[in-house]
Amino acid sequence: MRDLASVALNVAKQQGASYADIRISRHLNNFVFTRENRVQNVTNTESYGFGVRVLVNGAWGFAASSTLDRPEVERVTARAVALAKATRTIQRSPIKLVPVESYPSARYDTPVKQDPFTVSLSQKADYLLKVNAEAMKVKGAPGPIFVNSLMFFTKEEKYFASTEGSEIEQTLIRSWPTFTVTSVNPQTGRFEQRTSLGTPAGKGYEVVEEYDLLGEAPRAAEQAIQKHTAKPVEPGRRDLVLHPTNLWLTIHESIGHPTELDRVLGYEANYAGTSFATRERLNNKAKPYGSKFINIKADKTQMGGLATCGWDDDGVKTTEWDIIREGILVGYQTIRDNAWVIGLNRSNGACYADSWHDIAFQRMPNVSLQPAAGSERISADDLIADVKDGVYIEGDGSFSIDMQRYNFQFGGQVFWEIKNGKKTGLLRNVAYQSRTPDFWAACDGVGSREFYRLGGSYFDGKGEPGQINAVSHGCSFARFRNINIINTGRRI
Amino acid sequence: MALLTSQEAERILQKTLSFSKADEMQAQLFGNRQAYNRFGVNSASTSGDGENITLVINSHFGQKGGVATTNTLDDAGLERVVRAAEEIARLRPDNPEQMPFLGKQAFQDNPAAYDEATYNAGAETRTSGIGATIDGAKPKNLVAAGIYDNSGGFQAMANTKGLFGYSRQSLASYTTTVRTADGTGSGWASAMSHRISSIDAKAVGARAIDKAVLSQNPVAIEPGNYTVILEPNAVGDLVSFMFNFFDARQADEGRSFLSKRGGGNRAGEKFFGEQVNLYTDPYDPRLPGQPFDGDGLPNTKYDFVRSGVIKQLNYSRYWAKKQNVEVNPGPANLIMDGGNASIDDMIKSTERGVLVTRLWYIRLVDPQTVLLTGLTRDGTFLIEGGKIKSAIKNFRFNETPVKMLNNIDAMSPVVRITGSERVGEGFPILAPALKVRDFAFTSLSDAV
Repeated sequence: MRDLASVALNVAKQQGASYADIRISRHLNNFVFTRENRVQNVTNTESYGFGVRVLVNGAWGFAASSTLDRPEVERVTARAVALAKATRTIQRSPIKLVPVESYPSARYDTPVKQDPFTVSLSQKADYLLKVNAEAMKVKGAPGPIFVNSLMFFTKEEKYFASTEGSEIEQTLIRSWPTFTVTSVNPQTGRFEQRTSLGTPAGKGYEVVEEYDLLGEAPRAAEQAIQKHTAKPVEPGRRDLVLHPTNLWLTIHESIGHPTELDRVLGYEANYAGTSFATRERLNNKAKPYGSKFINIKADKTQMGGLATCGWDDDGVKTTEWDIIREGILVGYQTIRDNAWVIGLNRSNGACYADSWHDIAFQRMPNVSLQPAAGSERISADDLIADVKDGVYIEGDGSFSIDMQRYNFQFGGQVFWEIKNGKKTGLLRNVAYQSRTPDFWAACDGVGSREFYRLGGSYFDGKGEPGQINAVSHGCSFARFRNINIINTGRRI
Repeated sequence: MALLTSQEAERILQKTLSFSKADEMQAQLFGNRQAYNRFGVNSASTSGDGENITLVINSHFGQKGGVATTNTLDDAGLERVVRAAEEIARLRPDNPEQMPFLGKQAFQDNPAAYDEATYNAGAETRTSGIGATIDGAKPKNLVAAGIYDNSGGFQAMANTKGLFGYSRQSLASYTTTVRTADGTGSGWASAMSHRISSIDAKAVGARAIDKAVLSQNPVAIEPGNYTVILEPNAVGDLVSFMFNFFDARQADEGRSFLSKRGGGNRAGEKFFGEQVNLYTDPYDPRLPGQPFDGDGLPNTKYDFVRSGVIKQLNYSRYWAKKQNVEVNPGPANLIMDGGNASIDDMIKSTERGVLVTRLWYIRLVDPQTVLLTGLTRDGTFLIEGGKIKSAIKNFRFNETPVKMLNNIDAMSPVVRITGSERVGEGFPILAPALKVRDFAFTSLSDAV
């Protein structure tokens, strides 16, 4: 690999590149899909190739191929240079890079207890079929119970070399077991679903052992059944207490994305959009992002985080930094080609490409709400105790947010009515809708560290052509006052 | 390299089949090259030119099956991936739903789906179109972003029962968002076609520029139920989203908006307004599709909805056999018939309503009713007295396409849509603009 990398970097420099990098990577996926008592599909995928990125006269060019030999590396590198040169006519503002340290021999591996690619298929399939059976044992259903379950494992083996003198090898592993139970009532024609509250993580097969899907399955089936007779929510303004399995997604959409500097500057305007979190809000106490309870950190080094790695795809060593401190926006996510715009001379390492055939650009690190400081134990019940009329939500559901990340609407998996400080019964047809700065300003309580956990997504989409990113978000419980609750029930 | 000929593809597939020790095996080969130029803040941002070939192996031993993929296509790589699929198949439990592979099929070639000029178009074509947008935007104190891309590729499949198919396809698209420098206005326009010569990038840019200027300084009006004029991309996004839930098995199992109370599905029922026709036709020259689907069935023209009546749901081969009905192939594309009204006609006939350029972040809220939520974006206007009165702030909607397709007052001729999240890239869609009664906007957004 080193020899082929040298070919690419030398050809790029000879043809006029002021900067070049090459990523050679192998991407492995393993999926096991089951439903009820049968294994539906088992798939292993493998993709291998390389991509060369060059900066020529202030313009980016990128080219990639799945054939890895010297003539192809030369051809593809020349193609990247030619593309950068042809782009010059629309390069009205030259691309500039902040400096980066050189890492001539670096290595990072996701710490795993058990590589999921070494676990037998029968072990994975047997476990999922047991989960399905546990859900299907539950009595009292008004009709059929269906269970779909899956395990999804990914491994990226990546070699990066750049003209800055870096050579970085990384192996990144991610694991995700999950299921969905559906209960059908043939008499009413209604069906109700409940998806696992488990989450993907930047870990090995131990994720399956650490999260008790077997224990959750019957509870999920019971709740899917109970939803048939749950009370439809009365729309109106209520207090909300959110479980970390729900709040992670709200953090992702309303804090993670709006604090990406490329969005703030306008580079994603055509697709994902721009951001309300403009530079005039940075360090501006007159325009807070949220209440004093809101402390947000970005972290690409967090154990178990889906976005965690040793170096980003700019070759920048990963780190952690503050995004919001006591409700005030204090930082953005940056990469080498935009950090300088806000006066920084170092990227904080948020550059990523989802494969060898896609260009690296700004992608989200793990972005998390810090739990309450101090030694006081603050549980969901403690937050609920001070709610007269509210809703408590577990699990993530429907999600949608506008292109500047103001107006959002989120659902969930399990909704509890809160009356006079206690959870009473289940509700259905619930979603909450708010405006990002109003929502985070309405937070008046955050749970303590014992209840902090990560949620996350394998499939955060961004960019054109589209790429995905895996990212985690940690938080404890949190309480929000006077939020707009809507009823999503309709008749057709 | 990414665009193999039929003979080259067949040679690789036959070599792959020769390694099989399974009862039966199917191999699919996909190759693609995509090139693009992206821009933001009136300047180039990134560009790319990448090619890849992927081989997918599906091996069967009795009722056991395994799938493995690779893009390493030397002999050792081919044999390795065949062994990998066989190992999966051997180790897994039986799947009673597994269907045997199809035998030899007759596929009608669809040469219109591939355009050599589209595959070969270089950066100069793309940067010339982008440059025209930037040059139009800057003097008006506007800021442009977008992407111009072109691609081409092939798919081929073969199996141990004698099936072989090969086809090629190409695609080009240009989309741009133009915003006012003060951030109070934003306009979007797009074009997508299998022939790059059909993309008039200058005109696309000019439409986005006009919309940006017209959409400045929007005023807030109350959320509520409005008569709306949805431009084709908004309609195509909503209808194709609903179409994701046309699965027959989901409906028969009672977990779909098309489930019938007491059991079965609602095919044969009048579900939408009389004007609504939804169908697929891989040989429609406006959006040619693939001649065969992933199972190796020949794609054909057939109706999903005709005069508002549900004619066909999507059946897997297994579910069609179990229900003793004919399986439907594909579909290769989705076409919604339009009408003769222009958007100007629709505006003139509207006493009070809202004109929507496109929708954004559309997600399913409730599968029972296909209730969708999302937002308007990049050009939302109040119509009063048959004229556009002003730009208005964007809305969030909570609405089901089922209701929308029962409330149609007028339809325009159809266009090929890109879709806000590029749904038209992987699945070609033709949709009209619609004038619709009683569309539910539920909250205001400050976003521009």
